[in-house]
Amino acid sequence: MTELIQQIINGLSLGSIYALIALGYTMVYGILRLINFAHGEVFMVGAYVGFYTAHAFGVEGYEAAGAAFPLVLAGVVLVASMTACAVLGSTIEFLAYRPVRSAPRLTPLITAIGVSLFLQNVGLLVFGPEPRRYPAILREVRFEIGGVILTNIKLAIFAIALVLMIGLHLFVQRTWTGRAMRAVSINLDAARLMGIDTNRTIRSTFAIGSALAAAAGILFGLDQIMITPVMGVLTGLKAFVAAVLGGIGNIPGAVLGGFLIGLAEQLTAGYVSPDYRDAITFVILIAILLLKPEGLLGVVRQEKV
Amino acid sequence: MICSRRVLLAAALVAAGSGLVSCKRNNASAEGGAAARSDNGEIVIGHYASMTGGTAHFGQDTDKALRLAIDQANREGGVKGRKLRVVTLDTRGDSAEAANAVSRLIDVEKATAIVGEVASSLSLAGGRVAQRRKIPMVSPSSTNPKVTEIGDHVFRVCFLDLFQGKVMATFARQNLKLERVAILRDVKNDYSIGLADAFKSAFASQGGSVVAEQSYSQGDTDFSAQVTAIKGTDAQAIFVPGYYSEVGAIARTARRLGLEVPLLGGDGWDAPDLVKIGGEALEGSYFSNHFAPDAATPKAQKFVADFRARYGQNPTGLGALGYDAGGVLVDAMKRAPSLEPSAIRDALAKTKEFAGVTGTITIDPQRNAQKSAVVLKIEKGSPRYEATIQP
Amino acid sequence: MRSPRWALRLVVAAAAFAGLFGLELVLEAFVIEYVQRIVLLAGINVILAVALNLINGTTGQFSIGHAGFMAVGAYGAAFFGTQLRPIVEGALGAGALGQAVTFNLALVIGALLAAGAGLVVGVPSLRLRGDYLAVVTLGFGEIIRILFNNAEFLGAATGYFGDDPAGLPAYTTFFWVYAWALATVVAVANLTFSQTGRSLIAIREDEIAAEAMATPTTRLKVLAFTLSAGAAGIGGGLFAHMQAGIRPEDFRFEKSIDMLVMIILGGLGSISGAVIGGIFVAVTLELMRGFQEYRLVLYALLLVSIMLLRPQGLLGSRELTAFLRRKPVQRLH
Repeated sequence: MTELIQQIINGLSLGSIYALIALGYTMVYGILRLINFAHGEVFMVGAYVGFYTAHAFGVEGYEAAGAAFPLVLAGVVLVASMTACAVLGSTIEFLAYRPVRSAPRLTPLITAIGVSLFLQNVGLLVFGPEPRRYPAILREVRFEIGGVILTNIKLAIFAIALVLMIGLHLFVQRTWTGRAMRAVSINLDAARLMGIDTNRTIRSTFAIGSALAAAAGILFGLDQIMITPVMGVLTGLKAFVAAVLGGIGNIPGAVLGGFLIGLAEQLTAGYVSPDYRDAITFVILIAILLLKPEGLLGVVRQEKV
Repeated sequence: MICSRRVLLAAALVAAGSGLVSCKRNNASAEGGAAARSDNGEIVIGHYASMTGGTAHFGQDTDKALRLAIDQANREGGVKGRKLRVVTLDTRGDSAEAANAVSRLIDVEKATAIVGEVASSLSLAGGRVAQRRKIPMVSPSSTNPKVTEIGDHVFRVCFLDLFQGKVMATFARQNLKLERVAILRDVKNDYSIGLADAFKSAFASQGGSVVAEQSYSQGDTDFSAQVTAIKGTDAQAIFVPGYYSEVGAIARTARRLGLEVPLLGGDGWDAPDLVKIGGEALEGSYFSNHFAPDAATPKAQKFVADFRARYGQNPTGLGALGYDAGGVLVDAMKRAPSLEPSAIRDALAKTKEFAGVTGTITIDPQRNAQKSAVVLKIEKGSPRYEATIQP
Repeated sequence: MRSPRWALRLVVAAAAFAGLFGLELVLEAFVIEYVQRIVLLAGINVILAVALNLINGTTGQFSIGHAGFMAVGAYGAAFFGTQLRPIVEGALGAGALGQAVTFNLALVIGALLAAGAGLVVGVPSLRLRGDYLAVVTLGFGEIIRILFNNAEFLGAATGYFGDDPAGLPAYTTFFWVYAWALATVVAVANLTFSQTGRSLIAIREDEIAAEAMATPTTRLKVLAFTLSAGAAGIGGGLFAHMQAGIRPEDFRFEKSIDMLVMIILGGLGSISGAVIGGIFVAVTLELMRGFQEYRLVLYALLLVSIMLLRPQGLLGSRELTAFLRRKPVQRLH
């Protein structure tokens, strides 16, 4: 029983990370009907920015001395990474997606694949292909409850993810930009006619989604210990499946989907076989698209001809 | 449709006819081309290795050591009055690239002999090309038995997976007196699978029992599921015959989940990054290797000093094997009556008691090296010599 | 009354094959093996590109997991080739005839299996549109690869090498690659310029309108998908027999991306464009050996710039022959 609980906890923490990334996918798809393949790579860049910033602040020194990295600096690292990725996300949108916004659906899809490929390989060139150990931005503290091991890192992942998700929800519901985002996601042209600056709104959407992905990247590094420039491919894909599972375009759906995928993956790895942990995500994808393509929390959209 | 059925049938017959003749010609494949190599210029040794990618350390260390060996040979006068030159091509850890690289080394760089690869699956791809073109190939560190089974032009200077798995099993049983061990293997890696199987049967035949078997894939980052499952058993140690890039993370995951038992492993652990990644989590763990930097013969110590002087870092076991591969090749070239690839091949097959830095190397009739292994223990952040296991 | 047209076509076909055979002799005599390998890869790429173009370009259904079908064809051909070899060679001898029969039989079996996989993937997926279809095909491609990765009897992650430790028999020669490439191009061209092909193009242009015109869209999409998968399977079988063995690693998503680059470059919907794209990818693969780290960056930039600057690629959906005629040709759109 403790093993099951342990697997569930592991699954939920992984799921929080997927949820954070899925939010970016779902928001962008909601307003542009575009699968931002490059989002996984933004996640990867976020992890690396966190890596280098932490080292710039001398995290190694703290580790060697056995002291905890100051929380203030950890916060700075997080903010720096989120800001950098927000800029990256907006830039990608401006350079690669905006020019083809009105093209047939296939064109931006290929562009997105191209951007994703580009970032991966530039990452390989710049960061080097070897896996890097993530620095202890949060020093690990372990405690045991009834045979189940919890670490402060896992709790931090839950907490930070939760805070960010609630923050996003409030943002989308309560602010003008959030309202604009919702409007654009319903009908871009009508929104523009109503005086909404669609370009700015879209740019903000990308920026926010990218910032969340950056946070996910740092949390992933803390949890999974190793980062590589190609870490965004599979993780990004799984997060996308999470978004689809929950209902693409639906923010609470992305969160739900993230947790479900994380759990499914962990339980498959623990009880079926670790060899199929990646396959289960794709099986879920196919199942949901065949059975309920609008997702668990999604709404069926009528398409007018 | 443009073509009617009749045309298709007739065309098929014609195609078949041409195809037969074509296949026949293909059998008498291009064995020639080797003669052009024996001119009076430099002797080219082709090296194919993973210089980039997830296992870049393996290739880079081997390459550095190989070049060290060749440069020393050149300084001592070369072979038969001619200088040697190493040309390295990157396989990027991909088997199709490996075959391409060997092909290019033979055709474009005019290599007389090939050194490579570290990863067995890549050696299998490249070895087949070398065998077909009848150019001798020496693998420094591929431990999968199938590699030298390719043909009589493929050699290796390291021991086999079968032996290495037995080494750790013997060490676990005799030295550590363990009774129950779990195995966590990398299913994407034939090296890991080979070692795990060898360990399993050897450990069982010596009276121990394998209480759990889990697996992961090279490139995975999350091992909590497997570790949690192992934790539920009463394993006294975990045998993790994988590559350094995952082993460090596995160790950390284990400690993080409260599993304090030691880890055991093979030469895939051998890289400076291992402790950088695994840190304290690896204290008290053991792995088998070809070479221990701190308890070596004078020749090995000189090699370590030279390597450190030139590259500013300690060599790993793989580096030592690269050095020995170069050494064995040069030695064979000196002994060979001419520098025809076939003559070099024959000389390689007759290598006896070559004093390498990884031990005394004798090439047996299966073109494998007979030598002993060492077991290292990770103490205070670096691997130290613990024991020697004889074949 | 049978017109003598078929006789003329028979002569053309025979001449083509004889010509290929002659080229093979020239190639093996004068060209180093390393370049020969590039030429073979180019031919295989042509098959893959033309196959993918049928579904992505002509029918407009986006599949980005075709490496999976290539894998099915490769493993199928390799495995059944190994099983069949003793039987065929027992009957026909181990000489050229036996080898040729084994090889082609293996290729056909591999292609049929790949087509079967295409059917299995296509039937549920082709109900989906655009991006979703793309992701599902990606997912299936990965599932296929993971299945092969766990299939013990096919060597799992280590790879499949057949019975012989020296690896799979090197059946793939210039002649066979280009014979099959020619056959594939002719078959696909026949299909594209037929009534069925016109329906496929109609589906690409406006599926709902085509449906309204009583085109059996789903059936045709599945047909195109299945054929496309089968052709990719042939490419896979040829690929398998020019290596020592095949591993699931050889058929990763990157391979699907390579195939995508081939058809995007040449122009979605153009068969001659696909041929050009296929050759381009094989050649750049080798030319960029000195800068191999940058090759994928180049492909990525190529994809993005083509989409931004000239989305129709080199030839758009026209064929090379369109440029050779003097009077304006009736273009399909």
